[in-house]
Amino acid sequence: LMSALRRFFTRLLNFTTRRRDQERLKEEVVSHIAILTEENIRAGMTAEEGRRQAHLKFGAIAEMQEDYIAEKGLPFAEILLVDVRYAVRVLRKSPAFTTVVVLTLMLGIGANVVVFGVLNAALLHPLEVSDPQNLYQVRLKPWMSGRLLTTSYPAFQDFERKNTTFSDMAAINAYSSAAMSWHGGSLREVHGIETSGNYFDLLGVQPEIGRFFHPADENGPGSAPYMVLSEELWRSSFNADPGVVGTIVELNKHPFTVVGVAEGRFHGTERFAWPEYWVPMVNEVQAEGGYDYLNNRSAPAVTVIGRLKPGITPRRATEDLNAIEAELSKDYPTTDRGLEMRLIRPGLYGDEGDAIRGFLFSVTVLALLVLAAACANLTSLFAARAADRSRELALRVALGSSRNRLIRQLLTEAVIVSLAGGAAGVATATLLLHQLSRWRPPYGHLVVSLDSRVYAVGLALALGSALLFGIIPAWQASQSSPLQAMKHGAIESSRLRRFALRDILLCAQIVICTVLVAASLVAARGMVRALHAPLGFQPTGVMLAEMDLGQLGQTGEIALEREKEMIEAVRGLPGVTSVGTANVTPMSGGARGVPVFRIGTTELTFSNSVLATRRYVISPGYLAAAATRLLGGRDVSWHDTADKPQVAVVNETFARAMWGNMPAIGQRFILFGGPIEVVGVVEDGKYHDLAESPEAAVYRPSSQEVEGEVVFVVRSQRAPNQIAQELQHTLGGIEPDAPLSLRSWPDALSGVMFPARAATVALGVMGLLAAMLAVTGIFGMAAYGVSCRMKELGIRVALGASRTEVISAAVGRPIVLLGVGSMLGLLLACLARPLLAQIVFQANPSDLVVVAGAVFTMALLGIAASAVPALRALAVDPSHLMRED
Amino acid sequence: MQPTGEDTAPCKSEILQGTLDLMVLKTLDALGPLHGYGIARRIEQISEEALNVNQGTIYLCLVRLMQKKWIEAEWGTSDNNRKARFYSISKPGRKQLVAETENWRRIAGVIGSLLELEGAK
Repeated sequence: LMSALRRFFTRLLNFTTRRRDQERLKEEVVSHIAILTEENIRAGMTAEEGRRQAHLKFGAIAEMQEDYIAEKGLPFAEILLVDVRYAVRVLRKSPAFTTVVVLTLMLGIGANVVVFGVLNAALLHPLEVSDPQNLYQVRLKPWMSGRLLTTSYPAFQDFERKNTTFSDMAAINAYSSAAMSWHGGSLREVHGIETSGNYFDLLGVQPEIGRFFHPADENGPGSAPYMVLSEELWRSSFNADPGVVGTIVELNKHPFTVVGVAEGRFHGTERFAWPEYWVPMVNEVQAEGGYDYLNNRSAPAVTVIGRLKPGITPRRATEDLNAIEAELSKDYPTTDRGLEMRLIRPGLYGDEGDAIRGFLFSVTVLALLVLAAACANLTSLFAARAADRSRELALRVALGSSRNRLIRQLLTEAVIVSLAGGAAGVATATLLLHQLSRWRPPYGHLVVSLDSRVYAVGLALALGSALLFGIIPAWQASQSSPLQAMKHGAIESSRLRRFALRDILLCAQIVICTVLVAASLVAARGMVRALHAPLGFQPTGVMLAEMDLGQLGQTGEIALEREKEMIEAVRGLPGVTSVGTANVTPMSGGARGVPVFRIGTTELTFSNSVLATRRYVISPGYLAAAATRLLGGRDVSWHDTADKPQVAVVNETFARAMWGNMPAIGQRFILFGGPIEVVGVVEDGKYHDLAESPEAAVYRPSSQEVEGEVVFVVRSQRAPNQIAQELQHTLGGIEPDAPLSLRSWPDALSGVMFPARAATVALGVMGLLAAMLAVTGIFGMAAYGVSCRMKELGIRVALGASRTEVISAAVGRPIVLLGVGSMLGLLLACLARPLLAQIVFQANPSDLVVVAGAVFTMALLGIAASAVPALRALAVDPSHLMRED
Repeated sequence: MQPTGEDTAPCKSEILQGTLDLMVLKTLDALGPLHGYGIARRIEQISEEALNVNQGTIYLCLVRLMQKKWIEAEWGTSDNNRKARFYSISKPGRKQLVAETENWRRIAGVIGSLLELEGAK
């Protein structure tokens, strides 16, 4: 091996100094032949004969020289270098062509790299925990309950104690938030995670500084007031102070000791969530400011994750969990439902993973389609170029170049532009992905790290495209007969076949483009539908002010009085038309699946409940402020006090499920163990996401069911930032210590709108790229066709062809292809409906608007692209043309 | 120019290539520094024209041997006052020659006895 290596380096050296070597060899050969000749002459030959014999004896000098070079240097690299140099020269000679190709590839490859970068970060990259393969999250079988919170804390404890299949099991509540204050910093609201003590041990992560908390730190509720900071919180609020360990920090006025800082790359088990702190769950009452779920079996308050014991299959573990759940539902029939369990991979908001995966894979397919369209475009471009260069290529064949070398040369050109395009694409994608990583929407974000996999994909796409668009033209060019090509010039030699190929390519391109245009129209329709979906409330013109009175330790009557006082104060602000409060606004969480019973039910078990409802606690005026229409009866009132009969407003679905067509007002039902009378009925709405089917909802007056958290819903006629300032001033004046967060309602809903928005952006970009490719493709083909047939068109004009005839001769073929391609594309888009359904809610590509829109767009693109060539064809001056060559 | 790979042997076959290498080494070992023509001439004489290769082929062998550092070369003047490159065997070349000779004898012996055996049948 060493000697082989040495030989390689010698060759490399020779490769670089070969000119001198060749001189030397020439000298040697000349001297050799001279000696031979002399000897022959001495042997009695004539001078001429002697020289001839000497040459014969020596053999073919040129061939020997080539072999010599091959033997001495690196033939492959040498040829490559020659090819590359030649290709660069050729490409520089036609900058317009090169720019178009590089830009096309930049768009195609860039789009794919962006999509893959996101897919890689969201799906392929393992979680930043040790041994992520055997980490599972427990879910309920029916797709219900919250995205993450599925299990009550006592039930989690039962699962942890009774299971035989998990080596360890931890509970997480990722919705912790608190007003944080400490003597070195100002009050600010932070969001974090409450976990069982074994969380960090189970995940197998190490702290950046200090330590994590462990099961040994816990001794029952309230025993472990410890806090782990995220690296980001440590940097932003504690100036990355290495002596932060031991600092006392107040969360909702309760002291917690900072024990450590987590590593920057560790952010729990959710890919999109970046918690700012971790506290032990046994201290959640302090951290949450009073809300106790540790002893509440009916509150699904935690996410359960676990590691399987070695050799245990997820299936076996699921059976184990189901057996325990069945047992629990017998022991606690009023709270534990005995639902079936399943195990999923943590990281993507519970079952949202399915949607996210579907979305990303579908977008990947569409991005690849864009690249395929780009390649089809480039294939015809390259084929046309090869045809234009056929005289040059033929000359090279005639001069002894082998066809293999010709193919290699053309492929080298393709690879070079493709690598340039790929590099530009990856660079653009890198910029975009950096922006994406820095983007911090309130509902979580994704940090896209560009690892080698992303670059490898970029390179593979570049080389793959080069092969795809380079091989056909190269092969075709190498097949052409040199004699014919030199005799007849560029086009005529194999015109029929080449045009057939170009036709197919253009058609494929138009088909793909139509699919993508239709897809982006479908997405735009989805977006419009999402924006105008009947929500059961009107977010526009409403400001939300969230305040947590519970965090200040205010409960019961005092909190209610404060709430009333603040509502009155806000009502007095100029421009405010209506105001009310709710514990949470629709589509931002809140209790769901609360069992409702008929009057007279004695055993309040889940099996006896009539329906599961969403529950909101509202103040009088909320319904008006939210613009939720009251269909009958009355709003809740301040007179519905705790000592009066319990009342509620229900929605249509609730009323229909309970009492069918009978009037609901005055009816009664049981909620949380007590009888409640219906005083009003409101319209249905959306409570979780836009895709949900109608759900039951009940609104209870805050005067009868006080909750610490209130959201002021303020409808006003003034600009959001004006009213926000006044709200801050007014509410802060009454309750200066309560953390207040102000947002406009549409902003608050942006998370809900995110899927529709992301789909629109993703598909819109793809559609735009495809449209651009279609324009260049049609334009290229029409322009090329016209330039090739100038003479023919000239003859037609000279023979008296009308303008329409000229135009149809010039651009008829692309237009026909456009029609055929569009129809095929629309058909394909309809077939691709399942794919689109992964991206857009209620995707319907056969929608008349979409079909018409796609046809219109394609027609517009076709006209735009073929207008210039058509005009050129019309401007043909026969007399001028005929005189040419 | 034809694409030529590493394996494109200037001589007719692998064995021949090895043989020619050995012949060149032996020649240089026996006769001392020689120019290309001298080597070619000598091999022709020894093989009595049985080895029908072009003389140009010698230069490919010389390149190969140079790369392996088995021979060295320097410019000099030939008998008839021409500038010529003189090749001489190097130390590793001598070592290689010994090893190759050994090897060649062994193979020749094996082939010889094998052929005899075949003949006896």
